[in-house]
Amino acid sequence: MMAFLIAFAIWVAGWWTNARLANGPRSDSRTISLIIPIIFGVTIIAMWEVLVTMLSVSPIILPPPSSIAARFASEIPILWADFEQTILKGAMTGYVIGMIAAFAVALLADRSEFLTKGILPVGAFMAALPIVGTAPIFVKWLGSNWESKAAVVAVMVFFPILVNTVAGLKDTSAMQRDLMRTYGAGYWPTLFKLRLPAALPFMFNGLKIATTLALIGAIVAEFFGSPTVGMGFRISTSVGQLALDMVWAEIVVAALAGSAFYGVMALIEKRATFWHPSQR
Amino acid sequence: MNIRGIIPALTVVSVILAIWTLAVIPMNAHLTADQAQRDGLVMTPEAPRDRQAYTGLTLVIKNPAIIPMTYTLTRPRLPSPHQVAIEMYETIFTKAPTSRRSLVYHAWVTLSATLLGFAIGTTLGVLLAVGIVYNRTMDKSVMPWAITSQTIPILALAPMIIVMLGAIGIQGLLPKSIISAYLSFFPVVVGMVKGLRSPDGMQLDLLRTYSANANQGFWKLRLPASMPYLFASLKIGISAALVGAIVGELPTGARAGFGARMLVGDQYGQPMVTWAALFGAAITAALLVAILTWIERRTLARMGMGATA
Repeated sequence: MMAFLIAFAIWVAGWWTNARLANGPRSDSRTISLIIPIIFGVTIIAMWEVLVTMLSVSPIILPPPSSIAARFASEIPILWADFEQTILKGAMTGYVIGMIAAFAVALLADRSEFLTKGILPVGAFMAALPIVGTAPIFVKWLGSNWESKAAVVAVMVFFPILVNTVAGLKDTSAMQRDLMRTYGAGYWPTLFKLRLPAALPFMFNGLKIATTLALIGAIVAEFFGSPTVGMGFRISTSVGQLALDMVWAEIVVAALAGSAFYGVMALIEKRATFWHPSQR
Repeated sequence: MNIRGIIPALTVVSVILAIWTLAVIPMNAHLTADQAQRDGLVMTPEAPRDRQAYTGLTLVIKNPAIIPMTYTLTRPRLPSPHQVAIEMYETIFTKAPTSRRSLVYHAWVTLSATLLGFAIGTTLGVLLAVGIVYNRTMDKSVMPWAITSQTIPILALAPMIIVMLGAIGIQGLLPKSIISAYLSFFPVVVGMVKGLRSPDGMQLDLLRTYSANANQGFWKLRLPASMPYLFASLKIGISAALVGAIVGELPTGARAGFGARMLVGDQYGQPMVTWAALFGAAITAALLVAILTWIERRTLARMGMGATA
């Protein structure tokens, strides 16, 4: 009973602060917009901690945040090794391969109206399919190390990037293309000076969608076989050992990596497409 | 889609099928050569170990006789399209839908978890979106998390959710549905918030001149205006929900469902089972998206927004 009262008190305090801040005079300022979600997050974590410890919930159901943090701090070498194996080797390699392949196919398809028309619906269709399912096949073909994960990731990120790039390359008006023609620009100058820059917002859209897919692909593919290192491997074995604090620590790593990856792409996008209305 | 739009798409599909069919030959070359030798044929490098040094392509060029045999292996590395088609036909049409060997049975197991989860996730997502649009505190506190959560590989949580719920005695359909719900929840929240906010100042002002209250503003303006956004996120949400249900079947050693079939095919060396499950899942996803697209078109057309669809 006590636990619920304290948790409720924490909730009221957090919500009251946020309500004051959100309806206050400077609620649209950057700092306040950042502080409010942080207070919300801290409130949730504090309630979680209080409820789990005071009701002595078994750690194999839900470990308290403090023990997750402790586990995180004490297992940094293992977590780093897993991060290196899954994110840096598996996800990144696959992401780069998939991206290059998608750009290449998009440029090829773009040369013919017919191919563009064919690739857009097929690509959009493929992007909606559960491509994660190819993981067991790739693990069988390429072995259980990171190469098979990179292959799964490459296939997963390929279609969203392809569809967005093809759509982006079509996004110039007849007037703009005519202007290039009056300058006497051929295919390549038009491509580099007009159509690729115009396609960039679309391409980054695809690239940002693909960041999450890359991480999902690399982690899930490890459920089908992996060396004794990697985030997916650690998650599935720790679940088997009921070491849920370790699982949560890996999930924290995955969340941080996912946000950072997305953040980096968003930052590059900001730099590369500073002229676009959505960035100004 | 009209006929003109279908021809290029069909061309692309047939090119993909042709590449797949051709790839079968080098991919299966080594397996086929080993099999052919056991059947008494003379292979060009005699020793299997010597053959390992060759790529599939050179092996086939040296032994052109094995080309037709690459298409008839029972456990190929890469099954040819017709083998997958036959396997799918047999497991869908010739087995009773209640049998464990029927793909329809496994499809239903996964589909029921997907649909239940999708319904839960969508309902909660729409409710939260309404809350976010009407409550400034909620908007400021929850919305950043909803957006951030889309950059997080939530699917990594799947094994833990299954075990966690298993520990408190919840098994079967519900754990998978919760993963599905979780995955379809966030796209719906983000899309619905955008949709409910899509009416511009002029439209809101017009309602004010009619002295409409907040309730009428919601039912007569905001909710109808959000429909195109809702359908766009529903389509993302349903494929996410299906992936969630499939992945939810992986870590627990589930015995039924597409995920279980993939795992079984993988562990018992039955590539056809894996491939059939993969294509079964793909067809299911395609059907779900197609149904939503159809409903979307009908709804938007009835609402006079057909052109924007």
